[in-house]
Amino acid sequence: MTPRYNFAFLDEDTKRMLRRALLKAVAIPGYQVPFGSREMPLPYGWGTGGIQVTAALLGPDDVLKVIDQGADDTTNAVNIRRFFSRVAGVATTEHTADATLIQTRHRIPETSLREDQILIFQVPEPEPLRTLEPREAETRTLHALADYGLMHVTLYEDIAQYGHIATSYDYPVLVDGRFLTSPSPIPKFDNPKLDRSPALMLFGAGREKRLYAIPPYTRVESLAFDDHPFEIQRWEHQCELCGSGDSYLDEVVVDDRGTRMFVCSDTDYCSGRRVEAQA
Amino acid sequence: MYVAVKGGEQAIARSLELLAEARRGDTAVPELELAQIREQLRLGVARVMQEGSLYDEELAALAIRQAAGDMLEAIFLLRAYRTTLPRFGYTRPLDTSAMRVRRRVSGTFKDIPGGQVLGPTYDYTQRLLEFDAVSVTPVTPADAPLPACMPRVLDLLDAEALIERIEPGSDPEPIDLTREPLTFPADRATRLQNLARGDEGFLLGMAYSTQRGYAENHPFAGEIRMGEVDVVICPDELGFPIEIGSITLTECQMINQFHGGNGTPPQFTRGYGLSMGEGERKAMSMALVDRALRCDELAESSHAPAQNQEFVLSHSDSVEASGFVQHLKLPHYVDFQAELSLLRTLAAQQTADTDETPRSIAGGAQA
Repeated sequence: MTPRYNFAFLDEDTKRMLRRALLKAVAIPGYQVPFGSREMPLPYGWGTGGIQVTAALLGPDDVLKVIDQGADDTTNAVNIRRFFSRVAGVATTEHTADATLIQTRHRIPETSLREDQILIFQVPEPEPLRTLEPREAETRTLHALADYGLMHVTLYEDIAQYGHIATSYDYPVLVDGRFLTSPSPIPKFDNPKLDRSPALMLFGAGREKRLYAIPPYTRVESLAFDDHPFEIQRWEHQCELCGSGDSYLDEVVVDDRGTRMFVCSDTDYCSGRRVEAQA
Repeated sequence: MYVAVKGGEQAIARSLELLAEARRGDTAVPELELAQIREQLRLGVARVMQEGSLYDEELAALAIRQAAGDMLEAIFLLRAYRTTLPRFGYTRPLDTSAMRVRRRVSGTFKDIPGGQVLGPTYDYTQRLLEFDAVSVTPVTPADAPLPACMPRVLDLLDAEALIERIEPGSDPEPIDLTREPLTFPADRATRLQNLARGDEGFLLGMAYSTQRGYAENHPFAGEIRMGEVDVVICPDELGFPIEIGSITLTECQMINQFHGGNGTPPQFTRGYGLSMGEGERKAMSMALVDRALRCDELAESSHAPAQNQEFVLSHSDSVEASGFVQHLKLPHYVDFQAELSLLRTLAAQQTADTDETPRSIAGGAQA
């Protein structure tokens, strides 16, 4: 631990400010709460929102897991885990089931989460309408009026042009039937895991200075049309390491002739299945 | 065979060692001392303090050395340190009319009370590389000392009611942008705070655009002054003001044409820039952008990027911009896989469409 800094880096007043904003976020599911995002010692765009949420929630008894792309040992996940071991000295784990707090970028673990776990998402762009409307003053009005026609028209145009919706990740969801929300850039494969999740899901966007939440057991619908229901990605392959046929797969190029192999993106899920198979 | 994402922890440790070695360079060459950076790279130190929002020459010099001279990295280092510092209080507003001026020029009047004072400037150096070691000739003393207090040039126009009047104390209490999120529309005090922390290069480009037809507002450099200003606080427990030191500042007041409107008669208007240390380019750029961003309040037509406050204020910060642009080097395997899947589906669909007549519009499940 680095003694020059407070436990988990942020001072207690800042943590209180964050917790108050998080309480508001939980009270209004899917609503983006502006907060006094601090400048963190890691760069904006690299998880500063998630790190602030984690820092605000972390206690000495917590067990922290950090994943990026589903994996515990990608460099940015390692770096964030290293940061919290350094400034908070908390126990860390790679096992989803053992963690009390899980900070993630771009995935939701394959292993089902429980009520006593919190999943913290790193969010680059909290505003699902941003690519359709760059003005913040305007998008806030659209949310206030629950006017999501822009998004529906965009999805409809996809169907008219391609026959199906051409959004594969950061697929927009409606939280508790009210707020259009970005699930962060998770593949739409993970969207069903948001719906009525027993675990609290918190979202932190540091650079954009917004927090939002999906409380436990909240209804989360991925936008779709009656005649074009929501679908998730499927593979013809199984994981070549653990044989899983129902997890999200990464495609890995293994030689210079373009040979591919498909493996689970969730490294803990994959290694757990391999251990089980050997037992 | 499959090792692509393994060993992140060790790789980071090795990378830090390589970085430390590269930063130090040839160990036969003595390491830079902070005093050398502070004294001989003072303009770099000023920029890091300004955009790092922390007036501390020693820490700025440390950041510059640690960042191997990368100013944006040094600014980031200083900001990340600053964020942990407690707030003891706020200073009284600085009185720049009481500045102990070392440089002061005006582009609007040939002579002004107190005179034009060039001071230390690169303006007339002719930019010839000095291949031989520079010998410092002793500074020739001035015939007479500069007046202790020089009136601000814009106050002369103010007396004639030719320039908009800004009453002291008419501003609302500013919010602290490092503690509260930026929301839109932002008032002028908040905008100036954002511009003060904004990247010099970005502001310079935006300011330049206003001179090339994107929000032309006919600026004149009313006054640029640089020198030392006292910093005063008034602690609650004392109840009277005390001076805690002085800092070097550069202030720029632009004078801009205004044809009248929104119930205001034709008059000159102001654009304001302020920078720590000797930061003339920054202060002037800031003043031009400040004036451009006042378009709504003055009911001017707004069509240019420099007049769009969401555009300017959301993209001015180098720490935010640098982080987000460079986050693209983080892994995006998962999203890229999702896009690959989608693209293969679209490609397969197109092949099927050209094979079949009539054209099928049925949606295909993704592969």
